Amino acid sequence: MIIQSNLVPTRGARQAVAAYLVVFGAVLLLMMVLGLLMRLNQGGLVTLPAEFFYQSMTVHGTGMVGVAGVGGAAVLWYFLGRHVRLTTWVFVLNLLTFVVGAGMIMAADFIGGFAAAWTFLFPLPAKAGGQWEPWAAAVHLGGLLLIGTGFLLFHLDTVRAILGRYGSLTRALGWPSLFGSDPEPPPPTVVASTMVAIANTLGLVFGASVLVISLVNLMVPQFAIDAMVAKNMIYFFGHVFINATIYMAVIAVYELLPEYTGRPWKPNRPFLAAWTMSTILVLAAYPHHLLMDFGMPRWLLILGQILSYVSGLPILVVTAFGALMIVYRSGLRWDLPAGLLFIGVFGWAAGVIPAIIDATIIVNSVMHNTLWVPGHFHSYLLLGQVGMLLGFASWLGRAAGARMPSRFGIAAFWIFVAGGIGLTQSFLYSGHASVPRRFAEYLPEWIGQARIGALSAALVILGTTMLMARLVAGSGPAGGAR
Amino acid sequence: MVQHVAWVITLIAMGAVALSFLWVAARAGEFAEYPGIVERAYRLRKVLFVVLLVVSGGVSVLTLGELPYATASYGTPHEGTFRPAQVVEAVGSRWQWELSPGQIVAGRPVQFRVTSTDVTHGFGIYDDAMHLLAQTQAMPGYTNVLTYTFQRPGTYHLLCLEYCGVAHHGMMGEFTVTSH
Ligand code: HEM
Ligand SMILES: [Cu+2]
Ligand SMILES: [Cu+2]
Repeated sequence: MIIQSNLVPTRGARQAVAAYLVVFGAVLLLMMVLGLLMRLNQGGLVTLPAEFFYQSMTVHGTGMVGVAGVGGAAVLWYFLGRHVRLTTWVFVLNLLTFVVGAGMIMAADFIGGFAAAWTFLFPLPAKAGGQWEPWAAAVHLGGLLLIGTGFLLFHLDTVRAILGRYGSLTRALGWPSLFGSDPEPPPPTVVASTMVAIANTLGLVFGASVLVISLVNLMVPQFAIDAMVAKNMIYFFGHVFINATIYMAVIAVYELLPEYTGRPWKPNRPFLAAWTMSTILVLAAYPHHLLMDFGMPRWLLILGQILSYVSGLPILVVTAFGALMIVYRSGLRWDLPAGLLFIGVFGWAAGVIPAIIDATIIVNSVMHNTLWVPGHFHSYLLLGQVGMLLGFASWLGRAAGARMPSRFGIAAFWIFVAGGIGLTQSFLYSGHASVPRRFAEYLPEWIGQARIGALSAALVILGTTMLMARLVAGSGPAGGAR
Repeated sequence: MVQHVAWVITLIAMGAVALSFLWVAARAGEFAEYPGIVERAYRLRKVLFVVLLVVSGGVSVLTLGELPYATASYGTPHEGTFRPAQVVEAVGSRWQWELSPGQIVAGRPVQFRVTSTDVTHGFGIYDDAMHLLAQTQAMPGYTNVLTYTFQRPGTYHLLCLEYCGVAHHGMMGEFTVTSH
């Protein structure tokens, strides 16, 4: 069965997706440079004031998560628009709120000095200790709230459109085929978009609530929330949101690998079961972030370990395995987009491994908040999520990309991959050697690994810049003139 | 030790994933009919699923037995008698650690009662070679009980393992463990 794409995007819709990708590319590069600066400082190759390091860390963490969301939303919207009628202005509004929110965050952090990390753990924002003014905290948290509101509207619009065509969310998740005998399940893109909408709506509601509470606490210090409750809400939101960015990006894999190989990606029972399970597991696995909070109910932490193990299975067994199966001896002719999508699935699958290992409570005891953690999430975010997004962008801009010599693209690809592996492995190695995360200054024995990380980071930036330059140069007037 | 095992397993598993991807990528250009591939791949997937399920279940059974979460009262059988644990109050505040009492004896469990006076910190115990031995969060309003038995006398270090502000990386402490 071939799933036909029956809706054609309007010109405005295509321009909106292009605008998303431009913002994605620009913010991504900027955040990468901040990442490089941090690694250079940790390696003792530059000397930044600690204030600036932690401001950069806050901007990098927040900005990268946000821009991953922007990129993911572009993929989801582009492909979901083939199946249901989405609202372009809501999509554009989400980009606007992101740009304004990102501007607020950068001003609050670099001008106002706010540096409470993306986690803004209660009561740190209100207890600046002279490091920032209350207004900076308020503007940063307000910027986050604005971005979250944009995403909430975005997902609600997808829900509206999905309901318009499929009637109910369970039908859109394919339950009539999963539990019954309906022979025509919805396409993978609809299933994935529904899962993301459900999970992210819940995540964003909790995120917005804790942001509002923190904002009120800034103004009325007597209005306090329990630190543990706040932490649960923050990690529930953060965990769900960042996972959702990957689930959005992977839609590009479901849509494009079939195009490349001429083989369908079938939403069969295991596929539907995996996505329904993921919907629940992504919500339920978040306590793995609180394994070192001994005040949490013990059963919840034990469940956190078990559910984290289980939540890795659908990824590995359905999506990664499915990608391998569809590519294997398909007669595929590799090009840049296909290679990036493929490396994206690899980065995801590979990064899940150290993440799951860290979700083991006795391992977490000696790995939590070491560089092991950036080690695994940079694998599935940088190589994985960003890999898939760069693949999607290269596919959209394939006409422009074709105007550049293919050797340039191949070089860019391998520089990106080599840098990505070097950066993640340097983090993982440091993590296993007990180097704490989020340290502006290092002990002498930690510096070597940071330098390897810095070199790798420079490669990532070079590769990413080349990948983007290829698209920009090709679509500019010079390219168009040929 | 735990770190090393985790790292080696990670490298092997990531390597296996990398090899699978490389192997498939190298054979992408060949052509074979899809239905035949699907049939064999689904059989392989079933095996993979069961193996992963059994492995993760087994690892859970093996690792969930001895959790670091201490109970409030603690004793340990030692040469036939129960010796009460040493109790140490550990308080984090920007940017220092305070332990009381400061004397700790090796070979007997220590109960660290960890809390914070301002924002959340992370109470990380390092040995003299800067290996992380154990940790718990130090959160205002909460007392987390971390039990640890130092095998060897010597100098140990405290590092902050939760970002707490501009001098987070400088929030280090030190204590000595004696033989008796
Ligand atoms: C050139 C690429 C990149 C470099 C050099 C880089 C570098 C860094 C560094 C040095 C840190 C701080 C590590 C520490 O705790 O000491 C960090 C943290 C982080 N990075 Fe990246 N990164 C890159 C790409 C990305 C991407 C693509 C994402 C997500 C899409 C990302 C998300 C994050 C997050 C969420 C944090 C945590 C911030 C925190 O601890 O509060 N990074 N990165
Ligand atoms: Cu998580
Ligand atoms: Cu700290």
